[in-house]
Amino acid sequence: MTAGTEAPALGLTHLGSEDTGLGQRGPQSKSIVVPYGFWLFVLSDMVLFSALFATYASLVHATDGGPTTNQLFHRDLVAVETMALLLSSFVCGLAMITAKRANMVWTQVWLVLTGLLGLVFIGIELYEFSSMIAEGAGPQRSAFLSSFFTLVGCHGAHVTAGLLWLGTMMAQIGAKGFQPHIMRRLLCFSVFWHALDIIWVAIFTIVYLIGTLP
Amino acid sequence: MTEPDPEKLNVAPGTPHDSMVSETISYVAGLGLALVLTGVSFWVASTGTLWGPGVATGLVVLAIAQMGVHLVFFLHITSGPDNTNNVLALAFGVLIVFLVMIGTIWIMAHMNANMGMSPELMNLQMQR
Repeated sequence: MTAGTEAPALGLTHLGSEDTGLGQRGPQSKSIVVPYGFWLFVLSDMVLFSALFATYASLVHATDGGPTTNQLFHRDLVAVETMALLLSSFVCGLAMITAKRANMVWTQVWLVLTGLLGLVFIGIELYEFSSMIAEGAGPQRSAFLSSFFTLVGCHGAHVTAGLLWLGTMMAQIGAKGFQPHIMRRLLCFSVFWHALDIIWVAIFTIVYLIGTLP
Repeated sequence: MTEPDPEKLNVAPGTPHDSMVSETISYVAGLGLALVLTGVSFWVASTGTLWGPGVATGLVVLAIAQMGVHLVFFLHITSGPDNTNNVLALAFGVLIVFLVMIGTIWIMAHMNANMGMSPELMNLQMQR
């Protein structure tokens, strides 16, 4: 390269033309690129869950003479779980509103509430799992139960990971304040948390409600 | 021609609105709609007044509607010009999800029907 000619930053510039079709702006700022990349991750996570849903739908009647969906699932428990996760998602949104205004007290209050509601959800789920296993309806009982524990357990593992992330974010906000990189992480967390609620809508409909139809 | 503000050309998913009031209204409206749809789902599943064979389909439709509510009101995925990238990524995700789910269910149902197994093997209740 000879001195004096400036190398195009992205290697996409047309010779003799300033108009690259990309504008003069260069790449988007991190506050756009990072959450967008995380959005792609969340969507690929949903593809993962679609495979688990397809497995469950294929195996739901393969009960090997063991307990069926109608005998195992309790709608009232699921209703409480659903409410807890929906309210948790809502309160997480309120935390985002106050975080954008850099209101430390209310952000932490809403995030604590988000976490408590998430704990209620995961507590009920663990209670359900342990009582099913105690009844002899563990994941090794039949193909149906294997796919059930994989699907619902995978969602529960995501919620547990989300709760750990939530605790980390509360500590980081408390220690470092509302800096741009902390806010990016908080935004990614809220996208993750809302996405888990979307997957739960599919689970409570396909697994629990359709599974307990008369 | 003025250079557009780079931050306004695209918006990240889940980004809060500028106005606190419209933001709060969005979350409250989303919560209300989600509560109504969840309530209707549980009612549809419990009531005996509806045509039985259609209930499962109705529940799936309600679930898809509720997912839409969550996407619009909680994740702020809108049809606005600053949201094109988010919507396109979502559309691709939805395509793959439907291909995987409907494709699997369709193929597995036909395999079950066409394998010509003996009646004992055809009974999924007895399979591990």
